[in-house]
Amino acid sequence: MENAEPLSDTLTVYGTQVKSRLLLGTALYPSPQIMLDAIKASGTEILTVSLRRESSAEKSGQAFWELIKDTVARVLPNTAGCRSVKEAVNTAYMARELFDTAWVKLEVIGEDDTLQPDVFALVEAARVLCSDGFQVFPYTTDDLGVADQLLNAGCEVLMPLGAPIGSGRGLNNPFALRTLRAHYPDVPLIIDAGIGKPSHACEALEMGYDAILLNTAVAKAGDPVSMAAAFAMAIEAGRLAQQASPILARDMAAPSTPVIGTPFWSE
Amino acid sequence: MSEQATGDCSVEVIGSGVAGLCCARLFAERNCEVRLRSASAGINDDCCSWWAGGMLAPWCEMESAEPLIATLGVESTAFWKRYTKTVVSKGSLVIANRRDKPDLLQFASKTDHFTWVEASEIAQLEPELTGRFETGLYFNCESHLAPRLALQTLLDELRGRPNVTVITRDELSASELGEPTQCDWRIDCRGLAARDELQDLRGVRGEMLLLKADDVVLNRPVRLLHPRYPLYIVPRDDQTFMVGATMLESDDRGPVTARSVMELLNSAYALHPAFAEASVIELGADARPAFTDNLPRLRRRGRTLYVNGLFRHGFLCGPAMAQRAVACALDNQIDESVVDEYHT
Repeated sequence: MENAEPLSDTLTVYGTQVKSRLLLGTALYPSPQIMLDAIKASGTEILTVSLRRESSAEKSGQAFWELIKDTVARVLPNTAGCRSVKEAVNTAYMARELFDTAWVKLEVIGEDDTLQPDVFALVEAARVLCSDGFQVFPYTTDDLGVADQLLNAGCEVLMPLGAPIGSGRGLNNPFALRTLRAHYPDVPLIIDAGIGKPSHACEALEMGYDAILLNTAVAKAGDPVSMAAAFAMAIEAGRLAQQASPILARDMAAPSTPVIGTPFWSE
Repeated sequence: MSEQATGDCSVEVIGSGVAGLCCARLFAERNCEVRLRSASAGINDDCCSWWAGGMLAPWCEMESAEPLIATLGVESTAFWKRYTKTVVSKGSLVIANRRDKPDLLQFASKTDHFTWVEASEIAQLEPELTGRFETGLYFNCESHLAPRLALQTLLDELRGRPNVTVITRDELSASELGEPTQCDWRIDCRGLAARDELQDLRGVRGEMLLLKADDVVLNRPVRLLHPRYPLYIVPRDDQTFMVGATMLESDDRGPVTARSVMELLNSAYALHPAFAEASVIELGADARPAFTDNLPRLRRRGRTLYVNGLFRHGFLCGPAMAQRAVACALDNQIDESVVDEYHT
């Protein structure tokens, strides 16, 4: 995205600058119209779109893709639901053709109940796709070893899960996420999955994460459009707070109001 | 508004899916001369109504639909009760496995007109499910019907009327679809086939299967909530069960995929293991017409009225939409909740 004037605080992924630190999914909304309204309210510039193979093969989902293409946002195709390297790689190729983008959110599911990634297959698929010119956004765990492998494979972004997909539990292991952040200060880190409320997203940004990718928390909310706006605000607040260096917690009180007229030596 | 004399009014209804048949019936009741023109040979799998679940569940649908659908659904239920004998009013049951209880709470928070039921009450409602589910939601004022039977009943009744002509295997060419000259009104109920004129229509694919299970008895539609494979089962006569339905953003009308069959069968088995012994008697898939907000529409362009976008709510909204089409054409009454275009 070429911007004439420099943006004050932007996120750069694979050379693309975006202002919004919210990446939004396009599934599960009550209707496409509500999805479009939520996208607008969220201010997002990156949308994930998952392909189910049968609907992409013959371009039979064209009407829905067109709606998404008409928004201002970039599309980040998603290999959601893929269970093997081959399946994920094939889906990525289809997505590249359909959306004319080198970006792909790489998801290789290893376990049905937790929807945790199969990190071995993930690294393998990332290697295949990166070497063929894809710009891969891997959905991964907070494991440092896996993170290293993904970066070695050519990924320039990491997307650790906060909690299981769709669970809305927030950041399950803040310690591990903090460690990951400290370990890779210069790699864009995006929390992908598990976010339930705006406060969860705010917490991640305060912790120094670069952005949030979510879907269910907005799509399944009672009012998806308002929730999208709430997330936008929380993410902005978290980012601003992180840059403003929050005070450190302490054990004893520290008065915020000087009590005029009370001589300090009286204690 | 008093009803004007409509004996001289001639109406051409195009399409014999649920929307077309309901329109034909209600215009015929107002003594119009009705010509029902259908591209298909009769009530068959040419139209997506053939694959409908037949749940008349206005309150359950609130989970993902706008309140308008409930309003139309209540009206339509009354129509089906009056005009067909296939309606069964035993409510509907929504259940989830214990670990998916949050999904049940979420469903409850978005819907209305239900009571929470515990294991003992579930056992009373559906003895076959005894001991399998701890909590559920019971929507006691909902109904279900047998869609194919209902469509056939409407068509047979129309054929018996002196003021109705039914023409089948009648594929209309583009030139025939211009401003009508042979009739006062054309009611276009072609579903996705009207896409050339209604460009904001899209297809939403649904897949279903029909099982015959001699060992299972269900009294009412049961919805099983699940984070990955939500499912509903609607009991029909002769120990058959309609199992549905997936929702895919696709206008593909091709055969059901293996994955969808696996998902549907898995969920059916999770609801009741006896479904493992069932025979699969039919697999079906089709694309349903929907507008961007998934709400049905009435559009007037000259002497043509389009009734379309019934999405997954063909039986739930068809009659109420037909009623609005009649009111619009004959009484000049415009319900703004469904009419979004009105060019005279």
